[in-house]
Amino acid sequence: MSDKDPDKSAEGGATSGAEKAYWAQNLRLLWTLMSIWFVVSFGAGILFRDFLDQFALGGYPLGFWFAQQGAIYFFILLILFYSIRMKQIERQYDLDD
Amino acid sequence: MATQTLIYIFVGLSFALYIGIAIASRAGSTSEFYVAGGGVNPVVNGMATAADWMSAASFISMAGIIAFSGYDGSVYLMGWTGGYVMLALLLAPYLRKFGQFTVPDFIGTRYYSKAARVVAVICLIFISFTYIAGQMRGVGIVFSRFLDVPITLGVIIGMGIVFIYAVLGGMKGITYTQVAQYCVLIFAYMVPAFFISFLITGNPVPQLGLGSTVNDGSGLYVLQKLDLVLQDMGFAAYTDGSKSMIDVFCITAALMIGTAGLPHVIVRFFTVPKASDARKSAGWALVFIALLYTTAPAVGAFARLNFIDSVQDTDYAEAPAWFKNWESNDLIAWRDKNGDGKMQLGKGDPFQGAPQFTTSTGPSGERVVENAAANDNPNEVYVDRDIMVLANPEIANLPGWVIALVAAGGLAAALSTAAGLLLVISSSISHDLLKSTFRPQITEKGELLAARLAATAAIVVAGYLGIYPPGWVAQVVAFAFGLAAASLFPAIFMGVFSKRMNREGAIAGMVTGLTFTFLYIGWFKLWSPESNVAANWLFEISPEGIGVIGMLLNFAVAIAVARFTSPPPKEIGWLVDKIRVPRG
Repeated sequence: MSDKDPDKSAEGGATSGAEKAYWAQNLRLLWTLMSIWFVVSFGAGILFRDFLDQFALGGYPLGFWFAQQGAIYFFILLILFYSIRMKQIERQYDLDD
Repeated sequence: MATQTLIYIFVGLSFALYIGIAIASRAGSTSEFYVAGGGVNPVVNGMATAADWMSAASFISMAGIIAFSGYDGSVYLMGWTGGYVMLALLLAPYLRKFGQFTVPDFIGTRYYSKAARVVAVICLIFISFTYIAGQMRGVGIVFSRFLDVPITLGVIIGMGIVFIYAVLGGMKGITYTQVAQYCVLIFAYMVPAFFISFLITGNPVPQLGLGSTVNDGSGLYVLQKLDLVLQDMGFAAYTDGSKSMIDVFCITAALMIGTAGLPHVIVRFFTVPKASDARKSAGWALVFIALLYTTAPAVGAFARLNFIDSVQDTDYAEAPAWFKNWESNDLIAWRDKNGDGKMQLGKGDPFQGAPQFTTSTGPSGERVVENAAANDNPNEVYVDRDIMVLANPEIANLPGWVIALVAAGGLAAALSTAAGLLLVISSSISHDLLKSTFRPQITEKGELLAARLAATAAIVVAGYLGIYPPGWVAQVVAFAFGLAAASLFPAIFMGVFSKRMNREGAIAGMVTGLTFTFLYIGWFKLWSPESNVAANWLFEISPEGIGVIGMLLNFAVAIAVARFTSPPPKEIGWLVDKIRVPRG
């Protein structure tokens, strides 16, 4: 995705080992969660909507449900998960605030 | 009690509450004025962010737009919520760790450049004023319809209220009034939605009601029935929409990224105590926002059904009271094209442009419009999309207190957003332009006074835009999101995630993104509106979605320029390292 483009080649510098490892783990987590973010909204709600619309969730065609309801619920879960997981990672490296 | 009396009581009480809170939480220092002292609880901040974010557009307009565009309305639902994921994951915690007062603060410091700071201020002021004009229009509509005061007086009252709590209280006053405003607006939105969902489907929870069957004995699901009714009348199916996939994709993306780059939203995350609180707070904000955003599509669908039910093929003489009320406010018009005295709905515009009413009345007693009729379609009714939420309780015959509640809610939504916008405008002037750029020797007292004066001036300009809305206001809302996506977002994002990004790259990127997006939207919306059709668009992307291309250009130019210019100084590398970890 475009918002991930900027080069990471310039990473490094005066950071400690813990900070580097912490940042690498953060970036991996970000990639995973932002991919899910993309799939539930742009994927399910837009690109693959026609395909998903042949399934139904109650009275909702599935693609339509993702576009007008589901994506939003997933967004909340993503932030919740990131918030909890990051706190754990920060404690692990003793970098929490 | 008469509905009108109830409206005065509800609106009056809510205003008294806002002023009371403002007096209790006056700002005494610049830190309190800009970021409420940085000690706001993350849940409280989440609620304030929700009110800050949900504007007249979310409360008043969005469900109406969805009602009339069906699936296409999804761009707003996903676009205006998905940005919070980007905020929580990519921006907010780092900006909080950076820990200054404004967005240009970050850009100016990270790119070690006053020029970058000034470019950011220009983007910010343009984005915020575009946005605020829409809020004042919302205030005007609510006042003129529900309180029976002229729009001008309504806007002035609204300005007065915002003046009291934004100028006195700064961010501190705004935060706690926004919490109250969130409570008012969400209650006002949910109550009629529960009622209407229950009336139509038997299930009071609107999110479930929209997926249930209509309780008219037909056994059809709500969405099935809407699809059938609309296709019968010659419209596209409700669940289908008419925008191209690439356009839906780009508009959604531009709104998401724009949301993440909007200064008045970002600064709310400067007010919590810690970086981890910023993440938590963005999550809470989205929970509070989602409550309204998952209800809106249900409200839209139900409103469309009810609207068709009560208008289609009805004699104008027997039209419901709300129809005539909104007609007298210029927001509904009927032109009896086939002369049968009944109102027919259909695809297409009933006549060209917004209605120009004459003083005479037609054979059925309707207000006559002088617009040339469009004879290529059978549609006879003009409806301003903005009335659907406000008229919904009346259309569904709900009790007077619900209508009063909705009036107070619409005002809460518009005023809370207006206040947040005024604050970022005033702080960018007093803090970024005066203190950090042109008059660094200014005292804290002087800066606080300058902030209050700037807020006052901004209120006057906003009020003027509300009373005399320039014709282009409604046309350029796309500007705010497109510009935020194409200018501020990439600069902030790269500031955190790329240590190599330097002053030259960031400035070149911002200027490119801003210029391209500005010219594209300006061309199709302002200078050459007649050419605004899909065939002329770049890759079939409408002006609403072009911010995405602007953003890509920004990234591309910034990365290319940075590669050929010298890397940022060492201190900037240390600064970025410090921003990236929460401790310290």
